Amino acid sequence: MSGAGLTVRDLRVTFDGFRAVDGVDLDVPPGDLRFLIGPNGAGKTTLVDAVTGLVRATGSVRFAGEELLGRPVHRIARRGIGRTFQTATVFEQLTVLQNLDIAAGAGRGPLTLLRRRRGVPEAVAHALETIGLAGLRDRPAGVLAHGQKQWLEIGMLLVQDVRLLLLDEPVAGMSHDEREATGELLRRVGEDRTVVVIEHDMDFMRSYARSVSVLHAGKVLKQGTVAEVQADARVQEVYLGRAAAPEPVAVPVAEEA
Amino acid sequence: MTTTAPPPAPTPAVATPPPSPSARFRVPGAFLLGAVLLFGVAPLVLSDFRISLLAKYLCYAIVAVGVSLAWGRGGLLVLGQGVFFGLGGYAMAMHLKLADAAAAGETLPDFMLLYGSGDALPWWWRPFANPVFALAATVLLPMAVAALLGYFVFRRRVRGAYFAILSQALAAALSIWLVGQQTTTGGTNGLTDIRGFFGYDLSDPVNQRTVYFVVAGVLLLLMAAARQLFVSRYGELLVAVRDAEERVRFLGYDPAAVKLVAYVVAAGTAGLAGALFVPAVGIISPALIGIVPSIGFVIGAAVGGRASLVGAVLGAVAVAWAQSSLSDAFPAAWTYLQGLLFVVAVGFLPGGLASVVTALRARRTRTAPAPAPTKGETA
Repeated sequence: MSGAGLTVRDLRVTFDGFRAVDGVDLDVPPGDLRFLIGPNGAGKTTLVDAVTGLVRATGSVRFAGEELLGRPVHRIARRGIGRTFQTATVFEQLTVLQNLDIAAGAGRGPLTLLRRRRGVPEAVAHALETIGLAGLRDRPAGVLAHGQKQWLEIGMLLVQDVRLLLLDEPVAGMSHDEREATGELLRRVGEDRTVVVIEHDMDFMRSYARSVSVLHAGKVLKQGTVAEVQADARVQEVYLGRAAAPEPVAVPVAEEA
Repeated sequence: MTTTAPPPAPTPAVATPPPSPSARFRVPGAFLLGAVLLFGVAPLVLSDFRISLLAKYLCYAIVAVGVSLAWGRGGLLVLGQGVFFGLGGYAMAMHLKLADAAAAGETLPDFMLLYGSGDALPWWWRPFANPVFALAATVLLPMAVAALLGYFVFRRRVRGAYFAILSQALAAALSIWLVGQQTTTGGTNGLTDIRGFFGYDLSDPVNQRTVYFVVAGVLLLLMAAARQLFVSRYGELLVAVRDAEERVRFLGYDPAAVKLVAYVVAAGTAGLAGALFVPAVGIISPALIGIVPSIGFVIGAAVGGRASLVGAVLGAVAVAWAQSSLSDAFPAAWTYLQGLLFVVAVGFLPGGLASVVTALRARRTRTAPAPAPTKGETA
């Protein structure tokens, strides 16, 4: 199993003495659609930050057999690892097409860069169809609706040709229809890629997760299928148990602030 | 760029819709208009004195081309362009002083005879006797300094106000160092009394006009080159780095390399402007490259519109013209006015006057029957 997919061993991230991630072991086999859940402060985003090189960490993170820890962010991205953020970050001044074209171009040579873009690269046209923004390709990304920006980000990961997608709360603040569209999009892009999703929305998780890891206080509490995780007593205690109360059922719009 | 992988051949699957006829001819038309104004109208209607003043303003406009790239598109507030302007200017002036001395039968430039301690030319002056070396140095020396500096600064992720302050400090340091080197650089006076320019007598008005034409030609060529950079994929990437540097990193690019290219090109542009300034004005001195002139280099771009090439260039010419006219009438007030202009432009009109033009044009096209797709670009 350790030869392919994402393998995390004894990952630790410390901020000023606070252990945000405290010895995480995680195995995500290739092709999996894994959901990371857990209460606020469990270390989910920090885990993704460590995998993508944004924060320093100790331990080991391997993808497709290659060690990632210690490499700069852009080198890790070149190895086929892409991520999105809780607040969609697209290049607001550039058009949808320009956003995708930049995402597709990390391997371009200087001569290609110095020329003007003629036409639409095939991968970009394909991604425009997949994320359903073909009709908006010449609009500045800044005018897109919140959900459309998230889809554009996923589209950017597609043209970037990543093999591992790390998505940080992709449906936060989305309407019901947008959630469904996003879930279907995740299924489609997950067919030939490994996908890890951080999510608070339990309904969304139940519908689309293939497997689930529960994080709590910087450690993995439980790993398994949706049913296994939901049946676990400890998980119910720290997290799901509160699902009986109305609070977590409400979509975490407040998360955004 | 630090790419080693072969670029994936982009196959155009869908053709971009052709731009509307007016848009297609707008850019070549603007260049043609600029050429007619600079090469046809200006020499006809302006006196020799005014032409040489215009040549000086156009040198500032050349600096503004680089400022527009680095600051307008790259978000790098280059407040120390005086350093690169000075390196280019001094490289050119050193050669011209040596040529003047040789023409007069001397081995040392006049100021060295006056203040010099020894009778030998300093070793670092010697290569500048070679015209090819000196001309190459006017551009390559500033670019090399910018590359070295930028490499460390961008790698350390120094940005924003810290980058601007660092640039300022460098401009101050160079001008202070030059003042202290009376015997080898002319000190406060700088390098003055430049008479010849590659065999031509600069006091002859005809040759002054030729210098003006060279400056105007270089400006137009650099604007064309800068425009190509603006509309290229690199230009799009540069804007992306300006607006969301971290996001670009996660796409597999090194933003430091992207910014470095813009910074080095802007430095080379400023160096070339400094080199042309010397024959156009006949002097280069520490007072022309220190903190105040370095701020002056970006004010024109700020007022005209830093992200717009034409805006930055026209702004630079207008501010330089205002400075010459007003600083004669109110010498004390100009510095305050300059500061006020900068604050107002950056604080209240970040897009400069060019953004006003764009807004007006957008209003007009909105009322037109068939609105053309706006490309979000002003060049």
